[in-house]
Amino acid sequence: MKLEEIVKPENLVYVKTGLMTEKPLSFCPGCGHGVVHRVIMEVIDEMGIQADTIGIAPVGCSVLAYEFMDIDMQQAAHGRAPALATGIKRCWPGKFVFTYQGDGDLAAIGTAETIHACNRGENIAIFFVNNGIYGMTGGQMAPTTLEGMRTSTTPFGRDVALMGNPLKITELVAQLPGTYFVARHSVHTPLAVRKFKKAARMAFENQRLNKGLSFIEIVSNCNSGWKMPPVQANKWMEENMFPFYPPGDIKVNGEPVRKAEKPE
Amino acid sequence: MGQLLFTVKKWMNENISAMGEIKLMKGNEAFAEAAIRSGCDAYFGYPITPQSEVMEYLAYQEPHKRTGMVLLQAESEVAAINMVYGAAGTGKRVMTSSSSPGISLMQEGISYMAGSELPCLIMNVMRGGPGLGTIQPSQSDYFQTVKGGGHGDYRMIALAPASVQEMSDFVKLGFELAFKYRNPVVILSDGIIGQMMEKVELFPQQPRLTEFDQSWATTGKPPGRKRNIITSLDLDPAKHEKHNEKLQEKYHRMCENEVRFEKIGCDDAEYLIVAYGSCARISQKAIKLAREKGIKVGLLRLITLYPFPYVEIGHLAGKIKGILSVELSAGQMIEDVRLAVEGRVKVALHNRMGGMVPTPEDVFHALVKSFSIG
Repeated sequence: MKLEEIVKPENLVYVKTGLMTEKPLSFCPGCGHGVVHRVIMEVIDEMGIQADTIGIAPVGCSVLAYEFMDIDMQQAAHGRAPALATGIKRCWPGKFVFTYQGDGDLAAIGTAETIHACNRGENIAIFFVNNGIYGMTGGQMAPTTLEGMRTSTTPFGRDVALMGNPLKITELVAQLPGTYFVARHSVHTPLAVRKFKKAARMAFENQRLNKGLSFIEIVSNCNSGWKMPPVQANKWMEENMFPFYPPGDIKVNGEPVRKAEKPE
Repeated sequence: MGQLLFTVKKWMNENISAMGEIKLMKGNEAFAEAAIRSGCDAYFGYPITPQSEVMEYLAYQEPHKRTGMVLLQAESEVAAINMVYGAAGTGKRVMTSSSSPGISLMQEGISYMAGSELPCLIMNVMRGGPGLGTIQPSQSDYFQTVKGGGHGDYRMIALAPASVQEMSDFVKLGFELAFKYRNPVVILSDGIIGQMMEKVELFPQQPRLTEFDQSWATTGKPPGRKRNIITSLDLDPAKHEKHNEKLQEKYHRMCENEVRFEKIGCDDAEYLIVAYGSCARISQKAIKLAREKGIKVGLLRLITLYPFPYVEIGHLAGKIKGILSVELSAGQMIEDVRLAVEGRVKVALHNRMGGMVPTPEDVFHALVKSFSIG
């Protein structure tokens, strides 16, 4: 089959998402950010809400999200994205507003903004990419860095006696009455991507129905920060990140999801 | 007593929304009432003495019922200024207010807003510092306001009200200037102006704008329009230098067009007092005392602190024997006065700090002593 035949519309199995710009992604090869970007843009495209959506980019690896997402966006100071989103949504209750944040941005410097936006039940969506490390600044310890995990500021592994424990902020915000939908996903397999996309769609549908805040954590990898090739990083993520940050729904329709009790 | 207070408040509530009437109000209350009347879309704030009446007044007025204005108490000044950032980025008329320690917390957001060229109105009801300082009035945030405060090369127009009337009027003016230059504007008030009660003529209710320039704002990208981005980031240094040059050109235009001041008794003056805000009010009495004693003193009351009236002060310096800078700080504004004077006449300082305030007699005696008059 010639190339010209392959690119005929009827033969295509994959096309670039309409709402992603032509600019090549600046993320490291194998990084999950690009997939998360694409999925959110697919959902906005499919819902036909581009003209009513405002996104907030954080400080961190995804600081340039506005270069890749073909929607109106604001770039926030480090950690302040939920405050910006609050300001926008309060003035434009009919618009769709989401923040896109990393673990340092959302769970360290922006903890207060995160918790209070969740607690007020701002009618927004928060996408929280957790790779347990500060990628942009060169791989320093994040609030979500696992115990014993090596980073450039914990070169001998995170000592919790010295540096505190990894923060499960997703479980924390699920306790707050203002959150309507809280879930943890990943984007390292086609199945995981489909599940995340379903959740992302729910986050925007919740906004349409004025249900309150939707909070989706995406546990992701950082090949460069973890110093692993992409496949190994994904395997490491499954073996080490998932036991501490288990994927799945935590709160749906404002109600905590009951986990099946373990047999004795 | 409680019932009486409630009745009085209810009466105020029902009567204040009428047009152009004269009221006896606190500076902070006049500011809040003017916010609603100016057609402001949203106020985000956090309580701090001595400006808490602003949000209290707004809350009692229920501005969402009067004009649809949004009012939200944020979790911190940091969050408040960033809520302002978000809403301002959609083209709305947004404001916040605080006092010195709270304004310090807002500096990051203010720098981002200047970098992203967002219009907004910020009031600082100054109290004494440094640190937690005191809740008493001060003017020690002059440098922070006119020289930057946050990081990076940016400037903001700073308006200095000297009466409750101006606490009201400058809201309207401040929004006009903020949108004219797409830049934050600061109303630099102090604990005296914020807390004192005076007669104020309130301007009539202006409508909130339902149609406004959205060409640059992030309100959702309709088909056919390029996406709008609100950001202060540019990783390309050559492009970022161009952006900085554009900002500087804007600040230059402010200096060309927006210098404001009031001259009181300057025509025949042999000595000049330069002051703003509460110190200008005190100095106004002081020049009266001096003139009763036959000393010809004028007052240059600064209305804009940035842009600073360098030209006017330089012009006056050529005609007088000495200038007294009166301020509630260790001597901050005096540095700009000296820059304007360029050594042509003696410039002296009379100041109080830490929440203390001079009397008109103090200022008069300082004038006599500084220039060995009589």
